Amino acid sequence: MYNFTFHRPTTVRQAAGLLARNPDGKLLAGGHSLLPVMKQRLAQPSAIVDLSLVEGMSGVEVKGRSVVIGAMTRHADVANSQVLKDLMPGLASVPGSIGDPQVRNRGTIGGSIANNDPNADYPAACLGLGATIITNKRRIAADDFFTGMFSTALEEGEIIVKVSFPVAKKAAYEKFKHPASGFALVGVFVSKRGPDIRVAVTGAGSNGVFRVTSFEEALKKRFAAKSIEGMTIPASGMNADIHASPEYRAHLVAVLARRALAKANA
Amino acid sequence: MATVSMTVNGKAVTGDVEPRTLLVQFLRENLRLTGTHVGCDTSQCGACIVHIDGIAAKACTTLALQVEGASITTIEGLAEPGGKLHPMQEAFREHHGLQCGYCTPGMIMSALDIVRRNGNNLDEHTIRDQLDGNICRCTGYHNIVKAIEAGAKAMAK
Repeated sequence: MYNFTFHRPTTVRQAAGLLARNPDGKLLAGGHSLLPVMKQRLAQPSAIVDLSLVEGMSGVEVKGRSVVIGAMTRHADVANSQVLKDLMPGLASVPGSIGDPQVRNRGTIGGSIANNDPNADYPAACLGLGATIITNKRRIAADDFFTGMFSTALEEGEIIVKVSFPVAKKAAYEKFKHPASGFALVGVFVSKRGPDIRVAVTGAGSNGVFRVTSFEEALKKRFAAKSIEGMTIPASGMNADIHASPEYRAHLVAVLARRALAKANA
Repeated sequence: MATVSMTVNGKAVTGDVEPRTLLVQFLRENLRLTGTHVGCDTSQCGACIVHIDGIAAKACTTLALQVEGASITTIEGLAEPGGKLHPMQEAFREHHGLQCGYCTPGMIMSALDIVRRNGNNLDEHTIRDQLDGNICRCTGYHNIVKAIEAGAKAMAK
């Protein structure tokens, strides 16, 4: 790892100030994506701004028709949140599938979303529920937030403070887990909230998380696996790597979407 | 250099470190607590697992400066001062839950976290599922699982 200066602000404002003074600086949340990349010397931040002492950035709370999760909330704490499990088990199941128990003890929702790894789970949940990402500057709809592989709409010095998920009556996540890394080879999040139907896919697209509008249209009549029976998505635009071909990933999208719909209706 | 202070196995410690120093390096190289191992150095194998304020974490993926002020427990902190092993350590000895022993400290620290999260009555499926973050390269899982089941029960006594 290259060396850096280390800072531990106690407020979001201080953290933003530190980023402004250190243009090559990086925010550190749980560190379970950033530190491995730094160890490989693929990232060389001049300064690390550790958010762990900033107050009021973690916790799960219900606000009206939404569940608001602080950016520094650890995966284990979201997965174990009783209020979330009661209200939206489909969302609570997402962090429980990330990495391994020790990774879930440290990794955070804000870190996962800001990193936007093309195989990460939370981006599918955000897009699949139409979440709002709340930063120190503004509110960003999930539809506008994820702009491509490892890239987001976040500007310089912008810090995710919390994420607000609208409560959907039906929601579920199905993931084909890579057995070694625990990442999603393909993951599909489906939800229905009144007329708003969403099918979001992670792990498959060569440009990161995306929605399957053809499935969403077909589900408008009836939100059930049967409605998309026999439907497929084209392999063009799917990721190709040592683990799976574009055709296999496209196939998995349809299979996992049907399984997620069955789970959401169970 | 920066100064870092924390509590390790109940003792207050302080050290001068570069900001890039990992917690596992600080434990092994500054404090000479070499029971915490570095296996893969990529957050996969779990040989470096310690408890940070009572919760298991991989010390190879944590900066020493990130745990300023925290309370750390390593494998060296489990046995009683007189040398009497912790019930989980004793169960690993009794059931021969190790072959080469390299993964053992991480396995035991992980096992204690499994008990914290799931209680003292563990079934084989839960133990195997929850050992997702630990790798035994000897593939000696059978006795490790047996040891954790017995150790968890012994801890309730």
